[in-house]
Amino acid sequence: MTNWIRNLGAFSLNQIMNLGAAGLFLFKGFLWAFIPPFKFQRFLNQIKFIGVNSLVIIVLTGIFTGMVLGIQGYYSLNKFGAEALLGPAVALSLIRELGPVISALMVTGRAGSALTAEIGIMRISEQIDALEVMALNPFRYLIVPNFLAGIISFPLLAAIFDVVGIYGGYLVGVKLLGVSEGGYFGEMRTYVDFQDILDGFYKSLSFGIIMTWICCYKGYNAGYGAEGVSKATTQAVVTSSVLILVWDYFLTSVMF
Amino acid sequence: MEKGEILALIGKSGYGKSVLLKHIVGLLKGDQGKVIIDGQDITQSKGSAQERLRRKFGFLFQGGALFDSLTVFDNVAFPLREKTKMKEKEIREKVFFQLEQVGLKGSESKYPAELSGGMKKRVAFARSLILDPEIMLFDEPTTGLDPIIANTIHKLIKDIHERLKFTGIIVTHEVPKIFSIVQKVAMLDEGVIIAQGTPEEFKSSSHPLVQQFISGGIETIPES
Repeated sequence: MTNWIRNLGAFSLNQIMNLGAAGLFLFKGFLWAFIPPFKFQRFLNQIKFIGVNSLVIIVLTGIFTGMVLGIQGYYSLNKFGAEALLGPAVALSLIRELGPVISALMVTGRAGSALTAEIGIMRISEQIDALEVMALNPFRYLIVPNFLAGIISFPLLAAIFDVVGIYGGYLVGVKLLGVSEGGYFGEMRTYVDFQDILDGFYKSLSFGIIMTWICCYKGYNAGYGAEGVSKATTQAVVTSSVLILVWDYFLTSVMF
Repeated sequence: MEKGEILALIGKSGYGKSVLLKHIVGLLKGDQGKVIIDGQDITQSKGSAQERLRRKFGFLFQGGALFDSLTVFDNVAFPLREKTKMKEKEIREKVFFQLEQVGLKGSESKYPAELSGGMKKRVAFARSLILDPEIMLFDEPTTGLDPIIANTIHKLIKDIHERLKFTGIIVTHEVPKIFSIVQKVAMLDEGVIIAQGTPEEFKSSSHPLVQQFISGGIETIPES
């Protein structure tokens, strides 16, 4: 009995300590983002790595998500004779919800895992220690460029996802199912507010922070050997994805 | 230890030699105790004070700790680009000179993955020397290398020490080979220095563990 209580206590303490360490990590990341000199070249490299290199997967998932929304939306709206509203239905679903969330999950799977693995390998092969011994701040070199790249890339990728998705919905709704082209885009202009776009923007911005925070933190604190890195990578992707969905719910409930 | 001397730190594996080096440079923080470098305690230093202290160090890591994504040239040039205001032309000259010193002229454009273990160590050595450190720490510089390459690395350390006169600590198992390049030897066992002195004094130590280490005696493995 006492063992069980002791284990529970140790587990709880460990979780609280991890949470504190992760919070401190985020704080330090932001703090160093405001202290020059800035590593502009590395920041550009990470924009390419997180943003540009994710374009293909974002376009692919975006177009098919839009196409599915087109079919499903048409099916549902047809029951009420409201097919003309397919455009705003697809656009609102994408801009407010699916664009930021799916693009964030896709980028987490593609770039987040690689980010954790890269930083994790640097940790276990003492490359991060080497930076410290050279009196260079690892946060400035490794963490800040990723934070900033995430903050910039995620909203842009979500925007691309939205646009491609809307055209995916257009392909299915207008070209295949016969919804009027003018209605598809015209109704969209009527029903989609700037606030909806802004809400989607805030979401993807915060998802960018969550993904880079968790993935960098897990890599930075990776355990020993290949197993430590693989464990950190799995944990980073799972934790980031779950946190993105949980945070999405809270943000949606506040914005709704 | 005196300034300009090299100390060999020997001892059984897993008894804290590498950990001690990491404490000296401030990579690890102990629960208690001090590490005094030129009158300043590195364990208590932070920010720019810690940076100033760390500038005094060069550290040769056991695995080299070269940046995978950078070429040999960029690895060696990295500290110069980040910590000095030298022009690219001066950086090139200094890097080429340093690489020549460690016998790696012509390997500038290779990546660490293309290098052998001995070459990696030499690149790491060149990188750790590039800012002319006052103190060099070597964490098992010859582990995993064949005897010829190991001797080459030892000679390299000796030659460069004669030129730069850095103060050094070498964590090693290369006994008695290492005695020819160091001025002092210390043996660490279970967190305590059990013997120290010049190589001659060390060799004549009556401590059984020292003698066992020098003669390469076997240890009885406790039955589980």
